[in-house]
Amino acid sequence: MSTSSGTPESWISSFCSLLGHEYFAEVSEEFIEDDFNLTGLQNQVAMYKEALEMILDVEPEEDEEDEDEEEDEDEEDVSGDVGDGTTRRERRHHSRVASDLSVIESSAEMLYGLIHQRFICSRAGIQQMAEKYELGHFGVCPRTNCNQARTLPVGLSDIPGEDTVKLFCPSCLDVYVPPNSRFQTVDGAFFGRTFGALFLLTFPEYDLSRSAAEAAASLGRAADEQGMINGMYACNIAPGLGRDKIYEPRIYGFRVSELSRSGPRMQWLRDKPDDMSLLDEARRYHAEHDDDEDSDDDHSRSTRYSRRSTARRRPGGGGARQRQIQRQTQNGSPMAIEANGAESEL
Amino acid sequence: MDDYGTESESDYTSYWRDWFISLRGNEYFCEIDEEYLTDRFNLTGLNTEVQYYQYALDLVTDMFDLDCDDEMRETIEKSARHLYGLVHARYIVTTRGLAKMLEKYKKGDFGKCPRVMCNSHPLLPMGLSDVPNLKPVKLYCARCEDTYNPKSSRHASIDGAYFGTSFHNILFQVYPTLVPAKSVERYVPRVYGFKVHAAAALMRWQDAQRASMRRKLRKMEVESGFKDNEAEELEDDEGEEDEEDEDNDVEIDDDIDEAGEEHPGQLTRYRGAGPVTIAGSGGGASSVPSAFSGDAHMGSVA
Ligand SMILES: [Zn+2]
Ligand SMILES: [Zn+2]
Repeated sequence: MSTSSGTPESWISSFCSLLGHEYFAEVSEEFIEDDFNLTGLQNQVAMYKEALEMILDVEPEEDEEDEDEEEDEDEEDVSGDVGDGTTRRERRHHSRVASDLSVIESSAEMLYGLIHQRFICSRAGIQQMAEKYELGHFGVCPRTNCNQARTLPVGLSDIPGEDTVKLFCPSCLDVYVPPNSRFQTVDGAFFGRTFGALFLLTFPEYDLSRSAAEAAASLGRAADEQGMINGMYACNIAPGLGRDKIYEPRIYGFRVSELSRSGPRMQWLRDKPDDMSLLDEARRYHAEHDDDEDSDDDHSRSTRYSRRSTARRRPGGGGARQRQIQRQTQNGSPMAIEANGAESEL
Repeated sequence: MDDYGTESESDYTSYWRDWFISLRGNEYFCEIDEEYLTDRFNLTGLNTEVQYYQYALDLVTDMFDLDCDDEMRETIEKSARHLYGLVHARYIVTTRGLAKMLEKYKKGDFGKCPRVMCNSHPLLPMGLSDVPNLKPVKLYCARCEDTYNPKSSRHASIDGAYFGTSFHNILFQVYPTLVPAKSVERYVPRVYGFKVHAAAALMRWQDAQRASMRRKLRKMEVESGFKDNEAEELEDDEGEEDEEDEDNDVEIDDDIDEAGEEHPGQLTRYRGAGPVTIAGSGGGASSVPSAFSGDAHMGSVA
C-alpha cells in the first residue's frame, strides 16, 4: 500500500480494487468509526488496533515514541548510519511496519471482511450493494432457465475460514460457485448468511428475473401485478421456478418416465405452484386445523410483532445491535421464526 | 488452427478430426470413428443440411484433394465443421460414441456443476434443440437434473444441436448405475438466522411435492434414488404434521443439514445409516419407517 507515490488512494479503495475483490462494497469510514458497529470484533483478529488503523489509513500513534526511543537507538546503532531527526522518524516507522506488515495486513483484511459482513446489512451498505447489483457486478445465474438473472454474493457461514463466497440467485433461490477461480479465495463470511435474503426483503420492487441489460432498458415495472404473498410480491418469489422453467428430460422427443431408474427425481427443486396464493392458503389451513400448533403460532405472531419494530431500525444500525435485539425478542425459543414481512422501509 | 490448411493437401497423416477435437473450445467433442463416418447410412439426410457436402465429407475423412482458392477452402472448412457436429450428435448415441463420451464425463472434460449443493458433480454437454443454429450448447447435471450455461464464451458459441436433446438422457438409460444419488440438501435463505417466510413457504410446498413423488415411486416399487432423509419422507405417508414439527424444531442457527454446510461427522453418520439399512430390508418399504424413526431426523440432529 504505497500511498506515498502521489496517488492518495485509501486502503479501503485499494483493497476493493484488488483482483477478486470485485464483490466488496467500500465500507464508509463513518461506519467503521462508530465503535458500536465493531462490537465483538476485537477478539476476532490479531493486532486489532493496528489493523483498524491500517484500514482507516491512520498513522500509528506517536505517543509511544518516548518508550520506543531506546529501541530505536539500538536499531540505529546496529545499522550504523543515523541521519537527522526526520529520517530517523521515517526509519523508525519503516522498521516497525516492515516487521509486522504482513501480520497487520492480513489482520486488516480479516477485520475489513468482518466489518463488511455487518456493513452490507446496514442501510448505507445495502444501498451500495444494490448499486453494484444493478450494474451486474455480481454476475449472473448459470442456470439456463434463470435467463441471466443477476446474483448476490453470500456466505454459507458467518464464521471466517469455513467456506468461500457463493452467489445467491434470487430467481431460483439457489446458490452457485462463482465462475471465476479468483473468487474461490474470497471468504464467504465477509458477506455472511444474512445479506442475500435481507436484500430481497429490503428491495421488494426489483425485478429479480431480469438481466442487467433488460433492467436498464425498462426500469419501472408494476411490481404488484399479483399482490403480496407472505411478505413479498408474488411475482418476485422465485420467478425462475415453476412450470416451463423446469428441465424436462426427453429421449427423441419423448419424456423420460418418472418410473424409469434414470427418470426425473429433482423437479420439485425447480417447481412452484401455478397459483402462488396457494402458499398463503396452506399456511392458513394449517393454523386453523392443527391445535397443537396454535399456541406456537400465537407465540410466533407476537414475536413477529416485536420484530417488526426492530426491522425498521435494521438498515441503520449495523449487525451487532440487530442481533442483540433479536436474541431478546426470540426469547430463547428454538422455533424457526420466519421473517414474515420484515417490512424494511428503504 | 490454421496450420492444418496449409499442410493437409499433401499430408494425409494430419488427420482433420484429430486437429478439430484438439482445438481450443472443442473440448466437448469426441472423435468420431472413421468407420462410422464412411458408412453412408449414418449420414442419411445430411447432404441437404451441409453446403458442399461431398467436399466437406472428404475433408473430415482426410480424402480432400480439391485444388481451390482460399475463400472456397474456408467455406468448405466451415461446412466440414458443421458436418462433423451434425454427425457427432448421431454418433454419441451409438454404443461406441456413448462409451467415448462416458470417458470424457468421468474425466470431467465438460466441467463441474456450479450449484453448491451438487459438490462439483461432473456435467454433460447437451442441446435444447436438435435443429442446428437455434440454441447454443448447455450443460446437464445429473445430480440436480438441471441445465447450465457453459462458463466460457468459447463454449457458449457451440451449437447445441451437435450434442442433441437425447444423448445425456440415453447415457443414463444405458448406464443406470451412473445415475448419481439425489440429495434433498438445499440452500435456505435466512435473515439473522430467521427463515424468510416467502421462501420457506415455497420450500415446504416443494418438499410436499417431493414427498408425494416418493410415495408414488414407492407404491410402484421404483427406487427413488435419494441418499438421505429417507425415513423422514417415508413417515410422511401418515400425514403432514410430522414434517411441520420438524420444521419448527429447527433451531435458529442449526440449519446445518438443510443448508448443506460441511459437518463431516454428522453427514457421514447420516449417509452411513440411511441407504445401507434400506438396502438391507430389500425394498420392503413397510418395515423401514420403524427402524428409522429414532435417529434419522435431519432437523433434530444437533
Ligand atoms: Zn438462478
Ligand atoms: Zn447440479
